[in-house]
Amino acid sequence: MMAVSALAQASIVTAPAGSPAAWAWLLPVVPALSAGVLLLGGRRLGRGAGWLAVAISAITLGMAGWLVTWLAARPPGQRRVTHTVADWISAGELEVGWAVLVDPLSAAMLLLVTGVGTLIHLYSIGYMAGDERFSRFFGYLNLFLAAMLVLVLGESLLVLFVGWELVGLCSYLLIGFWFDERPNASAAKKAFVVNRVGDVGFLVAMFVVFGAVGSLSLTQVLPAADTVAGGLVVAVGVLLLLGATGKSAQIPLYVWLPDAMAGPTPVSALIHAATMVTAGVYLVARMSPWYAQVPGVGMLVAAIGAATALVAALIACAQLDLKRILAYSTISQLGYMFMAVGVGAYGAGVFHLLTHGFFKALLFLAAGAVMHAMGEHTDIRVMGGLARAMPVTAVTAGLATLAIAGFPLTAGFFSKERILAATADTDGGAALLVVGLIAAALTAFYMARWFWLIFMGRPRWGRGAAPIPADAGRSTAPPPPRDLHPHEAGWTMAVPLVLLAVGSAAGGLLTVGAEHGLLAQWLAPSVVAFESSAHLIGHGLLQAIAITLALAGLAAGAWRYRAGPVATSPASAPVVGFARDAFRVDALLRAAVVTPGRWLAEGAVWVDTHVIDGAVNGAARLTRGLAQGGRQLQTGLVRGYALAVLVGAVVVLVLLARTNLTAAVFGALGAP
Amino acid sequence: MSLAAGYVLGLAAALFAVGAVGVLVRRSAVVMFMCVELMLNSVNLTLVTFSRVNGDVEGQVLAFFVIVVAAAEVTVGLALIVNLFRLRVSTDADQVDVLRA
Repeated sequence: MMAVSALAQASIVTAPAGSPAAWAWLLPVVPALSAGVLLLGGRRLGRGAGWLAVAISAITLGMAGWLVTWLAARPPGQRRVTHTVADWISAGELEVGWAVLVDPLSAAMLLLVTGVGTLIHLYSIGYMAGDERFSRFFGYLNLFLAAMLVLVLGESLLVLFVGWELVGLCSYLLIGFWFDERPNASAAKKAFVVNRVGDVGFLVAMFVVFGAVGSLSLTQVLPAADTVAGGLVVAVGVLLLLGATGKSAQIPLYVWLPDAMAGPTPVSALIHAATMVTAGVYLVARMSPWYAQVPGVGMLVAAIGAATALVAALIACAQLDLKRILAYSTISQLGYMFMAVGVGAYGAGVFHLLTHGFFKALLFLAAGAVMHAMGEHTDIRVMGGLARAMPVTAVTAGLATLAIAGFPLTAGFFSKERILAATADTDGGAALLVVGLIAAALTAFYMARWFWLIFMGRPRWGRGAAPIPADAGRSTAPPPPRDLHPHEAGWTMAVPLVLLAVGSAAGGLLTVGAEHGLLAQWLAPSVVAFESSAHLIGHGLLQAIAITLALAGLAAGAWRYRAGPVATSPASAPVVGFARDAFRVDALLRAAVVTPGRWLAEGAVWVDTHVIDGAVNGAARLTRGLAQGGRQLQTGLVRGYALAVLVGAVVVLVLLARTNLTAAVFGALGAP
Repeated sequence: MSLAAGYVLGLAAALFAVGAVGVLVRRSAVVMFMCVELMLNSVNLTLVTFSRVNGDVEGQVLAFFVIVVAAAEVTVGLALIVNLFRLRVSTDADQVDVLRA
């Protein structure tokens, strides 16, 4: 362990002129321009719009590859370079430039985003074929790519935040892509609003950082961590964590991600599994020097991650929608990443981020292929036996299932083992380790259930389909679809599946080599190294336990659902129903947040209509009433006016007659 | 040698009262107009009387002013009445109440 920590973080230097890093700013600009073209004039391109987007995405992948090759050729101590393209804000002490930071961490993210992004662009050509807003979809995807690259490359926290908000926008646009159906539109709104809560934390964290350091540039912020007062570091750590829980769907802000499945499936794969939702993990890893100062906050991060991993895994066991299972699985796996970065194993967290990017994207793409084959049915109870009709999808999805379950030698096995080992080497990590192991077993169970109910067993669709056992709780089993002829999708959808399957199977290669593997060495200049503070359990024993639990979970899932869905026994029905309703968190939130908010809004409306409008309308009514009285005097009759004048004159004279003045006048006259 | 001022003032007051009542009770615009003239001239009479009593010509000068203004007023007033008659084929002042609110 100490050997790794000897690889200290490298300082950030300016990129040599003309080097690839000095051109890295083109990475987000190219897809952004393409997004503009596609959104403004994409309709005329027809199917070409999709191919343009794929080409642009492939170009960014090539550029990222070129950049990373160049970076890898430099000595490790000089692998963190920055390049300023233009000034943005210059106000007093605040100086923010459009600058990129290319370092091993952002390079790893670049390859993931552009690589998985390109595959999903390709897949989308097949998946979205025939959609009436085909070109707009690809415009949004390219825009997302640009936004994610801004997030990853941003050298200033503010630029990073710009990317952070732009990916949120793209997420909103793509969740609500089929906005003509109300649930989709409200799912998009929910994602946006819940993320806003986290963004407040991020914003305030930036204020604190600027107040403490006087700059938002990572070049200055990162090394300043040990000079800032401890309380401020804690504040920044907690506030950034709030932001990260929003974007990465952790407790308490995870509720938007399951609903985000309303979007097209490639979106779920790209944004809500592989890339955007990992931004919170990326942020914590990026700020690792700050989190390393306050291990207590780190433990909070890890505790939130562990709780999320367990809760989401439990919920996933009871879900019936094939995409919602994967959504809760994503939340759970993100919890693992939070556990890793929380205990200071940033390398392990990023490793799981990368491998998860492969196998979860693959699972979603396979789910999309299944949905296509099943005529957009998503209830896993009406599936079964699809492996015969869709062998490629079944085999690749099976590989991904093994990978996420932690089957030995798959990518997920290595990355999850790395995280569990890190918790085992952390003082006070025993609870994290136990929760992590339980969640690992649950993951294997619900993924086996997912795979088995979809691909194995007897078909529960088509003409001779057996009736589906009625289920507990409120949900009743849907009738099996009758007229279905599932078949494999075209090559544009198959190629990404196969390539991602290769990644899911071989991702573990990133850990071969000396000193904790290639990836750990590669990331060492960027993140604070993990420091072991305890040794709760031998790594060999831990590995044996993890493998046993994974195999047991897989076997239990496959055995229980070997013959299709199982009717819930009356005794367990309340528990299953509770988990199927996602622990009624949505209902709780509605009661605790949404309803009081509505009351507040209705109260404000009442004040507006009664007090404020009342004052305005009251003033008008008073004026009107006075005027009504005045109107009555205006009869239009000349003689009436004449009488009024006469009466007035007499009154004035009488009043005058009572004064000394008139007495004097009359006296002077000597009137008779 | 001359009439006591009080008698003249009494006549003026009577004329004014006749004019005022005429304006108030008659409906014909022409008669009302004539009554207004009566009131104006009763005032003229008052002005001249006080002028004589005080041995000051200012009151008489003011009476001339009133006569001149009254002449102008007659022009305008008669023109109005003529136009009113053309419009309504009547000079009844009570029928002209378009300014009623």
